[in-house]
Amino acid sequence: MSTTANNKAGFGSALWDYLTTVDHKKIAILYLVAGMFFFILGGLQAMLIRIQLISPDNEFISAQFYNEVLTMHGTTMIFLAAMPLLFALMNAVLPLQIGARDVAFPFINALGFWLFFFGGIFLNVSWFTGGAPDVGWTAYAPLSLFSEGHGVDYYAIGLQISGIGTLIGGINFIVTVVNMRAPGMTYMRMPLFTWTAFIASVLILFAFPALTVGLFLLTFDRLFGAHFFNPDMGGNVIIWEHLFWIFGHPEVYILILPAFGVFSEVIPTFAKKRLFGYSSMVFATVLIAFLGFMVWAHHMFTVGLGPIANSIFAVATMAIAVPTGIKIFNWLFTLWGGSIRMTSPMVFALGFIPTFTIGGMTGVMLASSAADYQYHDSYFVVAHFHYVIVGGVVLGIFAGLIYWWPKMFGTMLNEKLNHWFFWLFFFGFHLTFFFQHFLGLMGMPRRYWKFLPDQGLDLFNLISTIGAFFMAIGTIVFLYNVVVTQMKNVKVGPDPWDARTLEWAIASPPPFYNFKQLPLVRGLDPLWIEKMENNGRMQPAEPLGDVHMPNNSFVPFVMSLGLFIAGFGVMYQGGMWILAGIGFAITAGSLLYRSIKDDLGYHIHKEDFDKEEGDGSNG
Amino acid sequence: MADDMLKSGNLPEHPERATLEGSNKFMGFWFFLGGETVLFASLFGTFLALRNSNAEGPAREDVFGLGLVFIMTIILLTSSLTSVYAMYHMRNHSFKKMQLWLGVTVALGLAFLGFEIYEFVHYVHDYEFGFRTSAFGSAFYTLVGFHGAHVAFGLLWFITLMIRNNKRGLNLYNAPKFYIASLYWHFIDVVWVFIFTVVYLMGMV
Ligand code: HEM
Ligand SMILES: [Cu+2]
Repeated sequence: MSTTANNKAGFGSALWDYLTTVDHKKIAILYLVAGMFFFILGGLQAMLIRIQLISPDNEFISAQFYNEVLTMHGTTMIFLAAMPLLFALMNAVLPLQIGARDVAFPFINALGFWLFFFGGIFLNVSWFTGGAPDVGWTAYAPLSLFSEGHGVDYYAIGLQISGIGTLIGGINFIVTVVNMRAPGMTYMRMPLFTWTAFIASVLILFAFPALTVGLFLLTFDRLFGAHFFNPDMGGNVIIWEHLFWIFGHPEVYILILPAFGVFSEVIPTFAKKRLFGYSSMVFATVLIAFLGFMVWAHHMFTVGLGPIANSIFAVATMAIAVPTGIKIFNWLFTLWGGSIRMTSPMVFALGFIPTFTIGGMTGVMLASSAADYQYHDSYFVVAHFHYVIVGGVVLGIFAGLIYWWPKMFGTMLNEKLNHWFFWLFFFGFHLTFFFQHFLGLMGMPRRYWKFLPDQGLDLFNLISTIGAFFMAIGTIVFLYNVVVTQMKNVKVGPDPWDARTLEWAIASPPPFYNFKQLPLVRGLDPLWIEKMENNGRMQPAEPLGDVHMPNNSFVPFVMSLGLFIAGFGVMYQGGMWILAGIGFAITAGSLLYRSIKDDLGYHIHKEDFDKEEGDGSNG
Repeated sequence: MADDMLKSGNLPEHPERATLEGSNKFMGFWFFLGGETVLFASLFGTFLALRNSNAEGPAREDVFGLGLVFIMTIILLTSSLTSVYAMYHMRNHSFKKMQLWLGVTVALGLAFLGFEIYEFVHYVHDYEFGFRTSAFGSAFYTLVGFHGAHVAFGLLWFITLMIRNNKRGLNLYNAPKFYIASLYWHFIDVVWVFIFTVVYLMGMV
């Protein structure tokens, strides 16, 4: 009896703990769980798409439902799966890598998560209220204005809410990196993952507001009778495309840069060499980010911007291949002559390099604007972006998850199953998408519900669908691995991979204050330096003292909930306006509460540290 | 130590940046304003693309008059100046004077907002120029309206801070809050200068 009661209280308090937490390590777990949930959802949608296209003239799902599934697959994977999973990694390790006790804005960090989460839920409520958005993840006007029902409104408002969350999350990481580095952690000693997360956050800051405006205009047109995209009243549909891609192209680099960062950590660790060309890696990252803002119109070559604009954007796009190539060669040179350990994160990295390179090559093909008239809106484009997104971002996310799993949870995922996961997923991936290049070149347009028999498209579509099943099975192996590992709950030490950077200097999982004393960083790969020149422990940079910690807060949850409720009012209007009133009042009220209630945090006193057990950390 | 944050005596020279929290806020807010810049840049771009797209409705020359917006510009610029005075007094740790100048800033901001509302009402009633009249109308009201909403938010922010801290005076905890609110106010002011130029001045020639 008493144990069950205890367990119950335990569950309730754990739930409350996560609802109110401002600890970056717990927020990482929230992002991970929510991101995996949406990843599975998006994966199921992908399976529906591939089953529909398994054979010509198939009637597995209806045309309307196909459009909805297709739209939600793209939207979910980009905004609700890839982004939060990367945020999970950033939250879990970025503060540890720079030797910080927390992020700059713990409260904002939590708020960012809850806004993303409620935005994602909002988007998915559409399934139950008359249909999901059905106009593609790019929601081009005027199609997005003609779409009936409220699907596109869910898209606009849901992404608006989660986009704000991403934006403030990005600001939080920027300030964390600028202001919270440990003594000796200069910019040019920061691990590459921190660098790429930092630069990706800068991209978020400058790219997301364009989406914000685009979504506002779409909302105003659809719900409030504005005419931005209505040519009859002087509107211009191309404005949407510009705003969307001014956001959209930087967004793909927001996704890929942190994945680059993951591989730049994994490869040196398992090649037992420092990263080749560290400073050129940093330089290439910054250059990619910079150029990333000047190429958006390569998505609009066929719009008719004219030969001069097309040529400029084509050249700018091709230029991005240069810093990308620098990175590829630096990884190869890091491997060269290293003593390589074939752990699963390393195998992911080795699979990533050729796969991503192929994606980059098709990218340069697409960038030739004249040729793009042929490729555009065909399966060739689909193959391209899956090679870079799945072959780059998704492999990076899983490599990072497996690599940092011990740091996040104190347990090790089963290596054998990890390898099974990799090979099933990797083989399935190439089976699915390699043949889509040819489908595209043969003229199969993307986003179509059906293809016709006897056009030579049957076989490759069938192969593609079979590949998708392999990917699904691989993912199931991973999920099984997670469950089994956490059930067994075998704990590992602080540094199971024999790694190089600061996060491995403290316990797995780290205590909630991270570092009892801030570490003194003496160079790049600080832990490795101490391993080579010292006893393998970080030297403290300060005497033991009181540590300041932020208070937990329920306000981020409530504030986001308010916007979630308000969204329905704005959308359904009429009598439902009351919901908008209630929702906005909740959000405004919690803002006001946050502003007038002092929140100074608390201190852990240095005497209290002694009570903690020795955790094998640097102290 | 936590209590020190709330004491109002003995402040350092730059109370708004003296603590780690304060300097984080200070820097984070600058970055936020960077994002806001892109937001307004997108709205300006949209407006520029649609400023001649008045369809059947009134065009720019038909509705805009410089007199009113000129007065509004002067008012808002002055309010930026008065908020600088307020921050000057914050750095000299004279809380009363800071509150006074913030009060003047708020009054000017309210006046600006009042004129803006009058302007909109005037356009709608006397010229039948509304949000739904044409693409130009949508773009105009969205751009200027977003700015107006920022002004309203800034006013509420100042008022909240002034009332909340009226009794306890300046300390290390609230100094950064006052400071970033005034940063926000300057930003709004700069945006208005662009609106004045791009929307109204360029609309007249
Ligand atoms: C060398 C680097 C790259 C080049 C030159 C490149 C070039 C292009 C071009 C020209 C298009 C437009 C094709 C069309 O619609 O006709 C395109 C589409 C796309 N690219 Fe890339 N790309 C590169 C890397 C990446 C990366 C790293 C990602 C993501 C991580 C990415 C994601 C996408 C996506 C999602 C689309 C399709 C968007 C849509 O229409 O739905 N690309 N790329
Ligand atoms: Cu692009």
